[in-house]
Amino acid sequence: MTARASSLAGIAVVLAIGLAVLVLTPRLFELDVVLNVTVYMIMAVLALSLGLIWGFGGILCFGQSAFFGLGAYTYAIAVMNMGESTLPLVLSVVVPAVFAALLGYFIFYGRISDVYLGVITLTVTLILFNSVNSTAGPEFHIGSARLGGFNGIPGIPALNVPFFKDWQVDLEGMFYLATASLLLVYVALRALLASRFGRVIVAIRENEGRAQLLGYDPRVYKLATFVIGAAIAGYAGCLFANWGNFVSPTIFGLAQSAQIIIWVIVGGRGTLVGPIVGCIGIQWLTAALGANAPSETAGWAALVGNVPLILGAILIGFVLLVPKGILPTLGDLAAQLTPRRAKAAR
Amino acid sequence: MDLVALLAIQVLYAIASLALISVGLAIIFGMMKVINLAHGEFLMLGGYAAIEANRYGINIWIAMLVVAPLVVGAIGAIVERTIIRWLYGRMIDTMLATWGLSLFLVGLTTAVFGNTTVGLSAPLGSFEIGSYRVSAYTLFVIAVAFVTLGGVLAMLRFTRLGLVARGAMQNANMAAALGVNPNRVYSVTFAAGAALTGLAGGVLAPVSGVFPTIGVAYVAKSFITVIGGGAAIVTGTATASALFGAVNQLATYATTPVFGEVALLAAAIVLIRLLPQGITGRFFRRSL
Amino acid sequence: MSVSRRHFLQTAAATAGAAAFGAPAFAEDAILVGSLHDLSGGLDIYGKPMVDVLTFAIEEANAGGGLLGRQVKLINYDTQSNMQLYTQFAQQAALKDKVAVVHGGITSASREVIRPVLDKFKTLYFYNTQYEGGVCDRNQFDTGVTPAQTVEKLVPYAMKKWGKKVYVVAADYNYGQITSQWVKKYATENGGEVAAIDFFPLDVTNFASTISKIQAAKPDFVWSALVGGAHISFYRQWAAAGMAKSIPMASTTFGVGNEQIVLNPDECNGMLVCYNYFQGVKNPANTAFLERFHKRFGADYPNVTELAMGTYQGFQLWADAVKKAGSADRLKVIDALETGISIDAPSGKVTIDPPTHHCILDVHIAEVKDRKFDLLEDFPQQKPADTAAVCDLKKNPNDNQQYIIKF
Repeated sequence: MTARASSLAGIAVVLAIGLAVLVLTPRLFELDVVLNVTVYMIMAVLALSLGLIWGFGGILCFGQSAFFGLGAYTYAIAVMNMGESTLPLVLSVVVPAVFAALLGYFIFYGRISDVYLGVITLTVTLILFNSVNSTAGPEFHIGSARLGGFNGIPGIPALNVPFFKDWQVDLEGMFYLATASLLLVYVALRALLASRFGRVIVAIRENEGRAQLLGYDPRVYKLATFVIGAAIAGYAGCLFANWGNFVSPTIFGLAQSAQIIIWVIVGGRGTLVGPIVGCIGIQWLTAALGANAPSETAGWAALVGNVPLILGAILIGFVLLVPKGILPTLGDLAAQLTPRRAKAAR
Repeated sequence: MDLVALLAIQVLYAIASLALISVGLAIIFGMMKVINLAHGEFLMLGGYAAIEANRYGINIWIAMLVVAPLVVGAIGAIVERTIIRWLYGRMIDTMLATWGLSLFLVGLTTAVFGNTTVGLSAPLGSFEIGSYRVSAYTLFVIAVAFVTLGGVLAMLRFTRLGLVARGAMQNANMAAALGVNPNRVYSVTFAAGAALTGLAGGVLAPVSGVFPTIGVAYVAKSFITVIGGGAAIVTGTATASALFGAVNQLATYATTPVFGEVALLAAAIVLIRLLPQGITGRFFRRSL
Repeated sequence: MSVSRRHFLQTAAATAGAAAFGAPAFAEDAILVGSLHDLSGGLDIYGKPMVDVLTFAIEEANAGGGLLGRQVKLINYDTQSNMQLYTQFAQQAALKDKVAVVHGGITSASREVIRPVLDKFKTLYFYNTQYEGGVCDRNQFDTGVTPAQTVEKLVPYAMKKWGKKVYVVAADYNYGQITSQWVKKYATENGGEVAAIDFFPLDVTNFASTISKIQAAKPDFVWSALVGGAHISFYRQWAAAGMAKSIPMASTTFGVGNEQIVLNPDECNGMLVCYNYFQGVKNPANTAFLERFHKRFGADYPNVTELAMGTYQGFQLWADAVKKAGSADRLKVIDALETGISIDAPSGKVTIDPPTHHCILDVHIAEVKDRKFDLLEDFPQQKPADTAAVCDLKKNPNDNQQYIIKF
């Protein structure tokens, strides 16, 4: 198989699985599973955004949650003021993208890279966290939307069909929207990476100096990648605000930022399916551990029912045993097995 | 006048505590390029070590200044042997592993000590500046920070261990070719960094509460200080702490703790924009 | 072989469990009770005691033959101090487990996350934490105290004892913001003044400059509405600066996370607090409760907190309503609760106030003394006057919001 054919086959397989999930989940499972899958899909969109800018763009962004949170807050504030969700949806993508453009200009044209870039983005999301967290007083409001500080904004109105205010997206509709969004973002990113632009950003990741000597300005390309990633994260934030009808400052916090990076590492950098798999896997694991909490909180049960302890142990074991991430390791395994099987067939 | 003296003490204290919580991370990051996301938990463990030792009748000063660094240093050595060792040169993987480690330690501490732990109260009493009263322990923390930074500097500059460490830091391959075992250097470095972090945790235990999840409050701040300081361990930590601590405390005094925090973070952004390699990437280049 | 062995062990364990509770009922018939509390993450200091007590209450109910002849089973979710998990687990409890009632939520933020979910999926909800008041929702019952029940009593008491000028330090979120407004209101009404109100986000640990600001303001006493582990540093640094001896302190949050055990006596002795429940409350129900509870969880159990007792009483109110209704069905249980059901709880008599779905209960003012509380004064049967000013579910059963009470 040529590389192109195998990559097309890969997309086809992902799409087939995605469509199967899209069609079958509501028919096979109860509503609670559908709702859980919805949030996993939304978070997977967020994982893809970092998968693009870090995995392919080589930009270690420690503050992807800044764009996610900005998207969620923008949507919440706008929709509570406007009542109709078309413009708020657009804004939830545009505001993080513009913010990323300004921040990215500051970073990339300041020649900041590597771990220093990580610290700047982390700092930005922590500033947002601290600022929003201190808006509990009644004097902090934008239009009719109270920011609510630590308590966040509850009761966010759901999306409606564009321009038709009364046709609100219901719970099942939200599932279809989230799953379809994930598939679309995935396909769009595959297309982007297959384009000339995609090849240039990977070239810059591999060797920035060489790419520059070949006449590409790395700053422009990195900035563009950064902005695209932020826009996707903002969109995921808008979906997230819709899923729980709720947003709070922890969305900007250190734990949330680290979480996104963990998804990408676990799934495998430099792939797109990897971050999706890593995200869904970790989310599922976290929820499953919390759902089976024994009520005994003393003695041995304290160890067995101890979510951080178990999750932490799994992550450490994972790094030591599956160092490259799930997807690349599976790829290696497949590559090892295939020729052997071919030989055996002969 | 009272107010100026008071403010000076508070600023010095902010600088000292920032330097204390960062220097262990600076050593580990500066020498090994390992981003230790379990740094906050090392601090937390230092606090628990001091509290537990004190509970078993050990003098509070020994508990804080000796037991805490020894215990956390030992834990650091174990962590290095079992986890970090396998991940050298893979910065991203160490990040994931230490994040997992941080969760693990929080869980383990909760399981062992529960979440209601009797703390240590600050010894030494208080003294008066005009109409204000200040804890004398504040001055002790400032002193410990100075001694610690001075000690690390002297160690790097005047001992054979320091020479080897500096050599390995500048050029690991060359150091190896000259007969230094880089693995040994790394184990010792990691344990030393952990021990200093444990010391900070022990010394700060009486100032703040000690509970399993307190690490989160520290890790981002120390990380930002270390990166802001740049490559030189002691000078970098000292200068970055001085800048950030002063900005933080003055802004806190003028407004609220939130703006103090935001001012610190904003200062970090401006600093890194102006000096993309940290303070010691531009100034004090030949320092340690 | 191994499969059948495992099966055998499971059966044996289930039988042993049933035998231990002395009731032969099958798990399939059990009435399910959902618990959504933080058992890990920063809020576990509050969540663990609540789940311990809920476990205890259910074991007791089962030992007494269950409810309506059916066993009660706890479905325990650890929300890990994470809002996303609150939503997910509330959905699961309502849709997958189909629990009869959910007890849980600690912060107001988490309550406002799960309240709409449980409304939407028609699952009865008990919120057992003291909070800022004002929630008006027919599907929800609130067993914790609100500011009109505690702040109203403690402010005049402290002013009479110490003086008229108060300095407020509060956690920067809903509870702190609203409680400090109540403090201001009651202080002014009693002829005093509030020197200043300072707010601190929940992760602040350095209070040096606040302490010097308080010293400069020279108040007669300090009111603390600080919350959570990080804020313990305030009391510590306050005492280290030698202030614990010179300016006294009052609080309606201190002790909820067992701060009186974490701090040393000389750091917090003499502080005044006001709650519904203290372990030292003298009545036969409390003596019996503590004896049974300590038998189950050990005599060295640190302290049954205000929130834990709220949870215990919430469960008992619900259980009584189920008995009265003869069914665990949501609407029937709500109807039964709305008759103004009343129990003899360890904290004294606790009665549901039908128009607000809050509780009429005793409150007590106590003083911190050597890691314990000394009761000073009792105020029997306090009504939730704050919520009652805005909420009447008898008249508007479809009301569904949290009011911000204006005064």
